Amino acid sequence: MRPPFFLTGMENLEQLVTQATAAFAAATELARLEDVKAAYLGSQGSLTALLKGLGKLPPEERKSAGAAINDAKSRIEAALAARRDDLKNARLAAQLASESLDVTLPGRGQARGSIHPVMRTLDRIEQLFRSIGFEVADGPEIETDWHNFTALNTPENHPARSMHDTFYLLDTDERGGRVREDVLLRTHTSPVQIRTMLAHVEKYKHLEHMPEIRVICPGRVYRVDSDATHSPMFHQVEGLWVGEQVSFADLKGVVADFLRRFFESDDLKVRFRPSFFPFTEPSAEIDVAFMHGALEGRWLEIAGCGMVHPNVLRFGGIDPEKYTGFAFGMGPDRLTMLRYGINDLRLFFDGDLRFLSQFQ
Amino acid sequence: MQFPESWLRALVNPPLSTDELCHLLTMAGLEVEECRPAGADFSNVVVARILSAEKHPDADKLKLCSVDTGEHGILQIVCGAPNAAAGLVVPCALVGAKLPGIEIRKAKVRGVESHGMLCSARELGLSEDHGGLLTLPADAPIGRNVREYLALDDQLITLKLTPNRADCLSLTGIAREVAALTGAPLTLPAIEPVAAVHDETRAVVLDAPAACPRYCGRIVRGVNAKAPTPGWMKQRIERCGVRAISALVDVTNYVMLELGQPLHAFDDAQLAGAIHVRTPKAGEQLLLLNEQTVTPTAETALIADEQKPLAMAGIMGGEHSGINDATTDLFLESAFFAPDAIAGKARALGFSSDASYRYERGVDFELQRRAIERATQLIIDICGGRPGPVVEAVATAHLPKRPPVRLRLPRVARVLGIELGHAQIEKLVAGMGFAYERKGDDLVVTPPSHRFDIVIEEDLIEEIARIHGYDNIPAPPPTARCEMLPLPEAKRGAMALRRLLAERGFHEVVNYSFVEAGWEADFAGNTSPVVLANPIASQMGVMRSSLIGGLVGTLVGNLKRQTSRVRVFEIGRCFSQDAAQDTGYRQPQRVAALAAGPALPEQWGTPSRAADFYDLKGDLEAIFAPRRLAFERTSHPALHPGRSARVLLDGQEIGVLGEIHPRWRQKYELAEPAVVFEIELAALLQTPLPIYNEVSRFPAVVRDIALVVPQQCEVAALLAALQSAAPGFVREIQLFDVYQGKGIAADCKSLAFRVAMQDTRRTLADSDADAALASLLAAAQARFGATLRS
Repeated sequence: MRPPFFLTGMENLEQLVTQATAAFAAATELARLEDVKAAYLGSQGSLTALLKGLGKLPPEERKSAGAAINDAKSRIEAALAARRDDLKNARLAAQLASESLDVTLPGRGQARGSIHPVMRTLDRIEQLFRSIGFEVADGPEIETDWHNFTALNTPENHPARSMHDTFYLLDTDERGGRVREDVLLRTHTSPVQIRTMLAHVEKYKHLEHMPEIRVICPGRVYRVDSDATHSPMFHQVEGLWVGEQVSFADLKGVVADFLRRFFESDDLKVRFRPSFFPFTEPSAEIDVAFMHGALEGRWLEIAGCGMVHPNVLRFGGIDPEKYTGFAFGMGPDRLTMLRYGINDLRLFFDGDLRFLSQFQ
Repeated sequence: MQFPESWLRALVNPPLSTDELCHLLTMAGLEVEECRPAGADFSNVVVARILSAEKHPDADKLKLCSVDTGEHGILQIVCGAPNAAAGLVVPCALVGAKLPGIEIRKAKVRGVESHGMLCSARELGLSEDHGGLLTLPADAPIGRNVREYLALDDQLITLKLTPNRADCLSLTGIAREVAALTGAPLTLPAIEPVAAVHDETRAVVLDAPAACPRYCGRIVRGVNAKAPTPGWMKQRIERCGVRAISALVDVTNYVMLELGQPLHAFDDAQLAGAIHVRTPKAGEQLLLLNEQTVTPTAETALIADEQKPLAMAGIMGGEHSGINDATTDLFLESAFFAPDAIAGKARALGFSSDASYRYERGVDFELQRRAIERATQLIIDICGGRPGPVVEAVATAHLPKRPPVRLRLPRVARVLGIELGHAQIEKLVAGMGFAYERKGDDLVVTPPSHRFDIVIEEDLIEEIARIHGYDNIPAPPPTARCEMLPLPEAKRGAMALRRLLAERGFHEVVNYSFVEAGWEADFAGNTSPVVLANPIASQMGVMRSSLIGGLVGTLVGNLKRQTSRVRVFEIGRCFSQDAAQDTGYRQPQRVAALAAGPALPEQWGTPSRAADFYDLKGDLEAIFAPRRLAFERTSHPALHPGRSARVLLDGQEIGVLGEIHPRWRQKYELAEPAVVFEIELAALLQTPLPIYNEVSRFPAVVRDIALVVPQQCEVAALLAALQSAAPGFVREIQLFDVYQGKGIAADCKSLAFRVAMQDTRRTLADSDADAALASLLAAAQARFGATLRS
């Protein structure tokens, strides 16, 4: 007589599970694992055989033996699944390992260029003034003597009108090349004031109340001067605000606000010092002093400004009794030098990529 | 204008430190450019007398001096100065003295003890003079501290005056200003008429009364021209930066500095008859004091006697009529010359004088008589002499006018943006010494004769703001109507373009607008450029008509600096004659870019390749997107004839693209090819709004077709033919390969196109695609003799 199943079969089942788990672990390839699986779970496998033998057991044992075999089967299946995952993970890991890059190699493609530092400054100036309603105006660089001097209240024998200071052109139509007195390279952006006023007045002549003029005029200007701190060509930004209620206090407010925003420094000191320009009255020079950095505490001349001279308003077609206005002119080259700590003006006009590429 | 602080303080002495005084002046518009001590920083230097100076026993060039330093005793000092001699009074640095750069110690010089150092002017930082010891007046108090004796703690203040403030070109003017700003009392020297002791005069005739409406003259006989200038006067004028010359000249300079009136002294013995102020006669010449012979222009006023010209009025005296050491009789001139008559004349001759500088800005036209009296008194005090009466010629009609200026008090508030009460404004006007009358809300102000800059109401408003203090005007953010500015979407600014180009690897440069004439000829074919009359250098002689020359220049510069990969662009104006413009010149803004060297920066993952025509064309197309450009073969002086194209937008030519001509590569020593484009900026600033097309939900069909066409067939024309032959569902035809070589006839090329088809209403059948390709092939065959590549 055979011993009951639970005495022999249970022991065998435990052995079988241990054996299968060990065999799975020994399989290091997925294909091999499938072979090993067949030895236990395949149609000829040990567990399948045990299940098939259930029918031979006495009915009273069948139920418990069946449960025990199924339990062992699911444990073997779980071991198989776990091993399968392990092997898949290992294979993926190996693949990933073989695919890994040197992430420190540089990226491919075009390098970035740069925007000229002075243009960067002009852009910031434009944006700041745009935020309080200033538009951008433009004018020619070969300018008439009338726009550059006469209409700006600069008298006939003013030193600026000499060939020491102003570039003039030759009339090449004439033999020998006579110097033309009626045109010149503009010495400042102020003539754009005149052009702007004349165009504005024409545009709104049908209205009783002319809308305000609020413009800035950036551009290149020219003077006969060349050394470490002067270039024969440089940049200027003109500002003009004309309206029925525009005062010197407004001028101070706008320019001081601009300078603090431009230098992003609330504690920047700004002072307005009486000065003289033919085209403004009262006139002022604007000095700033930084509270930090290499230039701390020194007054630096940064712009000229003033209330538009009544004669200039008249030349622009505007009645100085009805309207007042202020104008300012500043040097974006100098603002750029101060902002970025550049110490040589000539770098701006030298085209040296070692310098320019620093302004990405 | 430079002056010693001590002189100013003698006239007005507000309770302010030097720094405070300088700040006050600067903030009143008289900018202090420099403030420095009259002498260097040194100590322990005293006045000493050399009692004896013997040769040093062991050195030929040294002297052994015995020096009396008063309370500091008699010292033995070794000295190398050539002028060291017994009896001389000199500065002596005692042991322990600190001079600029050295400290004096007891020393042995060639075996002899030396207890101090005798000093030159340079050693005390007084001047550059190092030729010998500084000699002090024989009556200088022995033992006295030299700093105190020479008043070296005085400060030299330099004002950078604006051209409207000629009234501050004198100590009196500056003092008047300080008094107005501070309320401190003004104590000017009393000037009394000097009584004539004889009645000899010279008649004065104003033949050019507009140029010279007032002329005072006086004869002084029997002066001692060799008399020494008193120390105090010499010190004052030297501290104003004026060289002391002789007592007579020094007096005229002193009075000019003190009062602002230029004076001239003629040697009366050289004059013949009456004095005329007149315009020059034809061809008349004059030798000036600066040894320059001039032929004055017709508008120049001359001072002349009855025979000859004597001086250029208000500018410079003549060499032959001036005073010298032998002069005994003087003719003193104190005149008012009109600014317009003097302005620019000295500059036109290439110099400037203290007189012309003052006259062209405006001298007080009521000052002449006072100035001549002041000068006469000083001359008599210093040089002796017997004055005659003052002759004054006046052309009243030609004197400057001082019409009253109406100041409306509400206008002050409107222009300045602050409310100053009537009383305060009156106080400010009165403080400036301006005469005024109150008429209702207005003040009617009569400007003084020394102010040439008070003509209109704004001039007075500026004065009020200045004296009130710019600092005392608040600076609040202004209020204004809060309207949005237009923001047209179909326009972009140049800055957007700069960003695009920078992102594509280009660096922005700013080149000069004036260039070498050769660049214009080479790169623009321009042999008659716009020429500057006064260039600063010949290679900056003409205005550019193209940006290309400048960019090639940038390339050359960078190659020299060993940067071989150059991608640069510039946005700027170009210039050419055009009578239709109000300036007579067309001045369009252009954008130009240049690429040379490797297309991409040197990198590990992409083989290196030089940038070529198509690289730059790609950049150009990208910055124009979404607009499409057309390119046509062209010839251009700067460019390779087979590699240059004109660029068209909507049929309009807007610029060129191409490779720099090999001829210029050789001339400008460019090792590698460079490609450039130059485009009108205006064309790039238009950028259309996006146009929406329905997106298809049906699948796309993509087919390739390779066509063999003759070598000279241009892709653009073929593509245009294909596009016009394509049915509506052909969404895109794209060239993806160009092949020449094996399998293709030598005079042919194969162009492969990818044709994307998609309908928005149905799924396309194979037959649709086949039919489409067939019609493309048929069109290509008909127009270009294309065959299908086998």
